[in-house]
Amino acid sequence: MEGNRFYNEILTEHNIHPEFKHDLPDADIVLEGINPSCGDDIFLKLKVENGVITDGAFVGDGCAISQASADIMLGMIIGKTKEEALHIGEIFSKMIKGTATEEEIESLEEAGALQDISHMPARVKCAVLGWRTLKEALGENGQSTGA
Amino acid sequence: MDVIQYRKDFPLLVKTGNIYLDNAATSQRPQCVLDAETEFYERHNANPLRGFYPLAVEATDAYEKAREVAADFIHAKLPGEIIFTRNTTESINLVAYSYGLSHVKAGDEILVSVMEHHSNLLPWQMVARNTGATLKFMECKPDGSLDLAEVEALITEKTKIVAITQVSNVLGRVNPVKEIAEMVHRKGAVILVDGAQSTPHMEVDVQELSCDFFAFSGHKLLGPMGIGVLYGRQELLEEMPPFLSGGEMIESVTRESAVYAEVPHKFEAGTVNAAGAVGLAAAMEYIKKIGFADMQKQEHLLTAHVLEEMERMPHVHIVGDKNAENHTGIVTFTIEDVHPHDVSEILSNDGICVRAGHHCAQPLLKHLGIGSATRASFMFYNTLEEADRLIESVSTIRERMGYGR
Repeated sequence: MEGNRFYNEILTEHNIHPEFKHDLPDADIVLEGINPSCGDDIFLKLKVENGVITDGAFVGDGCAISQASADIMLGMIIGKTKEEALHIGEIFSKMIKGTATEEEIESLEEAGALQDISHMPARVKCAVLGWRTLKEALGENGQSTGA
Repeated sequence: MDVIQYRKDFPLLVKTGNIYLDNAATSQRPQCVLDAETEFYERHNANPLRGFYPLAVEATDAYEKAREVAADFIHAKLPGEIIFTRNTTESINLVAYSYGLSHVKAGDEILVSVMEHHSNLLPWQMVARNTGATLKFMECKPDGSLDLAEVEALITEKTKIVAITQVSNVLGRVNPVKEIAEMVHRKGAVILVDGAQSTPHMEVDVQELSCDFFAFSGHKLLGPMGIGVLYGRQELLEEMPPFLSGGEMIESVTRESAVYAEVPHKFEAGTVNAAGAVGLAAAMEYIKKIGFADMQKQEHLLTAHVLEEMERMPHVHIVGDKNAENHTGIVTFTIEDVHPHDVSEILSNDGICVRAGHHCAQPLLKHLGIGSATRASFMFYNTLEEADRLIESVSTIRERMGYGR
């Protein structure tokens, strides 16, 4: 059935066994992200030292797409500089809008599993929730509270 | 009853392959309703209630005839007790702004149930906020039932308005509004009944229910969108101030003031949705022709079947009562570990249209301890085959989301 194709193993695996869904007591950036249409609600927690994201996690509830997307995102941005993380976020955003190149989608590794979201307008907000929150967290808030 | 025959009356069901199980949100419309609207525009269109040429008289007659059909449909005493609105929400807002703000004072109480759709809650929050009145709640049990003794204790000398739905859009259970209306009247208060979910599925007699106000939408009972009804007892409507003001609701206007038209036109400011009213009347005639008895038989058959099959699925939980009698065609459910939006996404991939979310009833879901849920809602034109497709899809969802069955 068609439904199987979108909810692929990468997505369901990150939803059922998320690696980064836990508390991060020593986080220096904490930001809530809400998607009112699905009721997804997450808290993104980041530890930033000298402009590098040294650790990250999220807690909260939501649909499989929002949860898996946030988990995949954290796997990709930990160890990266803020600029690199934001750049990955931009490519992800391009993929969701359907304007990313093959190479760009390739560079997104597991996040490429969410490519089909570009054909599901009702679920775009779920997929981008973590990424949107990251962008906000590393924006003004990140400047003021980051190391 | 011949479901397959009736389905042919609904162009959308014939022309698209959708398994449409979101009838509690809006129903589909039969050809006769679409034709009635078109015929109004093709043959009788003029601005009703004004104009003396024959065409304008025809338009007025068509509109007022629709009012008579609506009055008859819910057994109102007089056609003048029917006010055409856009929908249930507008009907309730009319009562809240007009009757509510002019009758409720600081220290008074307004009573609603916890299972109200937001449209029968927010207008009362507004009245309470604006007047200094207190908003109180009738709680329901997990099966959706109300304890009448508890309800009676909540209705006091301070109670001015009680607003309750006849059928919850989440639970599908029929509330004992007649009994509650008697309690309300003993204390000298008035009761508004939200009939959005009841009117498409059962005979309603507003006089027998002895409700003071009764609100419902056309689009949920096979009629067009943008036409709804407010029934109000004549004595109440007559002394209420207008809700909206402007054209077609006046007798005479000077620079400083106006004399308002008689009920019901006092409450129908501006050019009315005459074609919508005509379409709604056609929908009511169509329903009467089929008869609620046959409609209910089919809806019950499907509901009972789905409830029975879902009951056997260990990770699926039904919201509300176990008995199909208490569902009015509505089956709201959750699947362990799977978010309702993912459930509806997978169902929609299988061609099944259902609703997922909080169903505009957040206080009820919170009361029941659920964040959100998926809802399938049946109409008499749904088939057993469609119900089976739903059951089949639901039974595979956990597996498709990576969980063992």
